[in-house]
Amino acid sequence: MRVTLHVWRQAGPAALGKFVRYDVSDVSADMSFLEMLDVLNQQLIGRREEPIAFDHDCREGICGACGMVINGRPHGPQRATTTCQLHLRSFPDGAELWIEPWRARAFPVLKDLVVDRSAFDRVIQAGGFISVRTGSAPEANSVAVAKQDADLAMDAAACIGCGACVAACPNASALLFVAAKVSHLGLLPQGQPERASRVVTMVTQMDAEGFGACTNHGECMAACPKEISIDFIARLNRDYLKAAVRGAA
Amino acid sequence: MTMELRPNTPGGPLAEKWERHRAELRLVNPANKRKHHVIVVGTGLAGASAAASLAELGYTVSCFCFQDSPRRAHSIAAQGGINAAKNYQNDGDSVFRLFYDTIKGGDFRSREANVYRLAEISARIIDQCVAQGVPFAREYGGLLANRSFGGVQVSRTFYARGQTGQQLLLGAYHALCRQIGAGQVRMYPRTEMLDVVVVDGQARGIITRNLVDGKISAHVADAVVLATGGYSNVYYLSTNAKGCNVTAIWRAHKRGAALANPCFTQIHPTCIPPTGHHQAKLTLMSESLRNDGRIWVPLRKGDARAPGDIPETERDYYLERLYPSYGNLVPRDLASRRAKEVCDEGRGVGPGGHGVYLDFRDAIARLGEAAIADRYGNLFQMYQRITAESPYRAPMRIYPAPHYTMGGLWVDYNLMSTIPGLHVIGEANFSDHGANRLGASALMQGLADGYFILPYTIGDYLAQAKLPKLDATHPAVRQTGAQVADRARKLLEVNGRRSVDTFHRELGRLMWDRCGMSRNAAGLKDAIQKICVLREEFWDDVYVGGRGEDLNEALEQAGRVSDFLEFAELMCRDALERDESCGCHFREEYQTPEGEARRDDERFGYVAAWEFTGVGKTPLLHTEPLQFEAVHPSQRSYT
Repeated sequence: MRVTLHVWRQAGPAALGKFVRYDVSDVSADMSFLEMLDVLNQQLIGRREEPIAFDHDCREGICGACGMVINGRPHGPQRATTTCQLHLRSFPDGAELWIEPWRARAFPVLKDLVVDRSAFDRVIQAGGFISVRTGSAPEANSVAVAKQDADLAMDAAACIGCGACVAACPNASALLFVAAKVSHLGLLPQGQPERASRVVTMVTQMDAEGFGACTNHGECMAACPKEISIDFIARLNRDYLKAAVRGAA
Repeated sequence: MTMELRPNTPGGPLAEKWERHRAELRLVNPANKRKHHVIVVGTGLAGASAAASLAELGYTVSCFCFQDSPRRAHSIAAQGGINAAKNYQNDGDSVFRLFYDTIKGGDFRSREANVYRLAEISARIIDQCVAQGVPFAREYGGLLANRSFGGVQVSRTFYARGQTGQQLLLGAYHALCRQIGAGQVRMYPRTEMLDVVVVDGQARGIITRNLVDGKISAHVADAVVLATGGYSNVYYLSTNAKGCNVTAIWRAHKRGAALANPCFTQIHPTCIPPTGHHQAKLTLMSESLRNDGRIWVPLRKGDARAPGDIPETERDYYLERLYPSYGNLVPRDLASRRAKEVCDEGRGVGPGGHGVYLDFRDAIARLGEAAIADRYGNLFQMYQRITAESPYRAPMRIYPAPHYTMGGLWVDYNLMSTIPGLHVIGEANFSDHGANRLGASALMQGLADGYFILPYTIGDYLAQAKLPKLDATHPAVRQTGAQVADRARKLLEVNGRRSVDTFHRELGRLMWDRCGMSRNAAGLKDAIQKICVLREEFWDDVYVGGRGEDLNEALEQAGRVSDFLEFAELMCRDALERDESCGCHFREEYQTPEGEARRDDERFGYVAAWEFTGVGKTPLLHTEPLQFEAVHPSQRSYT
C-alpha cells in the first residue's frame, strides 16, 4: 500500500515549524506506524535529507516514549493503542495523514515530533511517591490490602506517562496523569500518611508547569492508550478538597 | 601489568557468607557521605534503586539515562513477575531451594556465593516494593498472590498483572524522584554515557553526550556505577527496546574492565514472528502460553495449507514427540532450538517460514473459550493487535527471539569490576545467571543489586580508596573527552553510501545465524572474519548525516553500532573458545546422542573473563574457576 504524509518539521525549539509532504509507497499493512516512519527515514537518508526525529524505545506500548498526533488524534485512530502498536492496516490504502507533535505549552517541541515532557517528572518529584527508606519496610504481608483496592490501584498505576492526555485536552491539562498517580498511591494503606500533602504538592507543581485546568471534556480518557478512567479525576478532586478543608493546601 | 581476577568471596559456610561479609565491610562516616560523589548510569531497576538508596544514605549522586525520562528504562517491559523465597504458599520453598533452582537453571556456570546471596535477599525486595506502593496481585483475603513460573515446582513468583516490570520500575522511579526532589540526586535525562574516565587506575568519572544539543561533557566522581542493561540488540532483532546497547560496558571494557561470558545469551521461545524486511523489533509473549498451547509444524516441507486444513496425522507436535514427559514445557533453550531446527528443515509457517504454530484448539475444546480468555485474554489481545489474527480461531505463530544476556562485565562479590571504583549492577554484569537465566529472576537480581548489595559494598570501596581531588581540567579527563569528541567527528566525516541501519541489520543476521541458538567452530570462525570485514566497511562507507551539535538519532545509533561491531567479535571468540555446550550456549559438536547439551565441567567449569588488547587484536582470556561446595553439578535431562 501507499500513504501520503504531512509531517511537522521543526529544526529546533526556537525555529519555525511547517508541514512537509512525503509520499511513501511500498509499505505493507503489517507494518507498525513507526516502522513506516523508519522506512521513510531510510529513504530520506538515502536522498541525504534529514530524517524525521521522533521519540520511541520499547515499541511494545509500555515505555511511553512514543507519541504523535495523527489526523488530530493522539496516538491515532485505534482505541487503547500507543503509536508504536498502531499498524498501517488501520488506514485505507492511499490514506492522507497529518502527523504532529504533542501540542502543549508545558511540552515544548525540541525537534520535529520530539517534545520535552520533563514537566511530568517534576510533578512526580513534587510528591508522587510514598516516602520509604530502603531497608525500613515491614514484612510484606503484615498489612492486608483489599483485592478491589489493589486492583483499582493497579488500574491507575497502569499509566505510562506518554502525555497523550495532555495532547488531547483542549486546555492541555495534565489532570488525568496527576489523578492516576494520586489515586494509585491514595488507594493503598501504605499511601495514607502522605495522602493530603501529596495531592496538594502535585497539583501545585502541575499548575507551575503551565498545564491548563480541567473542564471535564473527557478527551484525555478517550485518547489514553491505557484507558485510565476520569473517575480518578473525581477522586483527586475529593482528596484535594479534603486536604484544603484540613488546611494542607 | 596483567589483570587479576579476585572474586573476594568471603569464607565460612554458604548461608553465613553475606552476613559475615556485611559485618566486615568498612563504613563511611555519615558526615562524610555527602562529600562522596557517585555516578550512576542507567535508570532501570538496578540503576534507579541504587541511585535512590545511595542518596538516602547521604551520598551525592548524579544519575544518567539516554531516555527522556528515567521511568522509561527497558525494565519497564518485563511482564511475568519477580521471584522471592517467601514460602507464602506453604509449598516447601526456601532460600536454599530458590538458590538451587537458580544455579541449576544457569547450568552450573555461576558463582555459588552470589546466587545464594540473591536468594537470601529476595524476600526483602518484596517488603520494600509493597511499602513503596507496588500494586502486586492479591488474594481476596488481602494478602499477596503468587504463581508458579518458569517450570519450577513451587509458587514463588509475585506479579502485577502482566506489567510486573513496569510497576517495580515505577516504585524505584518514585524513590529516585523523591531524592531528585530533595536535591540529593542530580538527574541527567537524554544524556548518553560514551566513556569511563580512568585516572591512575581508578574509575573517576564519565564522558557524556547531551542528546538534545550534542554537547560533550565530563563528570568526575569518586566512584562510577554502570547499570546499563544487556546487549541483545547485537542481533538487531530482539525483544529489547530500540535504544538498548552495549556501549557503556564496551567502553568500560576498552578501559580495562574484564568482560565475562559474552556468549551466554538467552533466546526466548514465545515471540511474535517477524513479518518482513521492515521489522524493527520483536515482541515477546509470556511463556505461560505453553501451559495450554500445543506446538506443532506440518509434517511435510513447504505445506502451504491453512492450519485448519492440515489433518492430525500430517502434523508434527515435535516437542511432545521428542520430550514425552515434559512436552511443550521444556526449558526455554530447548524449545527455541527445536523451533529453529524445524524451520531450518523448511517446515516453518507464516511469512518467510519463520514460525511454528502454538495451538489452543484442544485447550479450548477441553476448557471452553471463556476459561482460556480468562487465562490468556490480554496476551491474545496483544497478539491480535500486532498480527490481526485471532488465536481463538487459528493457532498463534511464534518464533524465538533474543531476550536477555547473561554475560556482562566481570564483577567480584562486591559488584566491582576489574577497574577499582567501577561497579556494575543488574543485567550489565555477569554475576548471577550463569549460562541461562530462569524466568522471573532478572527483576529480582536488578533490585537486589540496587537496593541491598551495592549500597553496602560501595561504602567499603569509598572508605578505603585513596581519592585525590580531581576536576574536569585534569589531563586524563580532558584526553578521554577529546577522544569521545573525535570519535563522533570521525563517524560524521566518513560520509559514505550506506546507512547505519543497514550495517546493524547485516551484523544482526550474521550473529543470529552463527552465534545464536546453536553454534559451531567453522561458523564462528567465519563470523569473526566477516565481522572484521564489515567493521572495516563501516568505517569506510557509513553515512550518518546531520551535525554533531544537534538532536541526531543517526549519530547516536552510529556510535552504538560501531561498538556492537567490535563487541560481536569478542562474543564469537568466547563462543569458539568454550568447547562445550551449557545452558544457552549450544555448540553442535558437543551434544549427547539425544541431541542435548553436553557440559564439560572438567575443562570449562569456569567464568571466561576477557581482557581487551586492541580492536582487531586477539583478546586475553582469564579464567575464574567455579567451585561448588553446596551443590553438585548434574546433567540436565528432560526426556
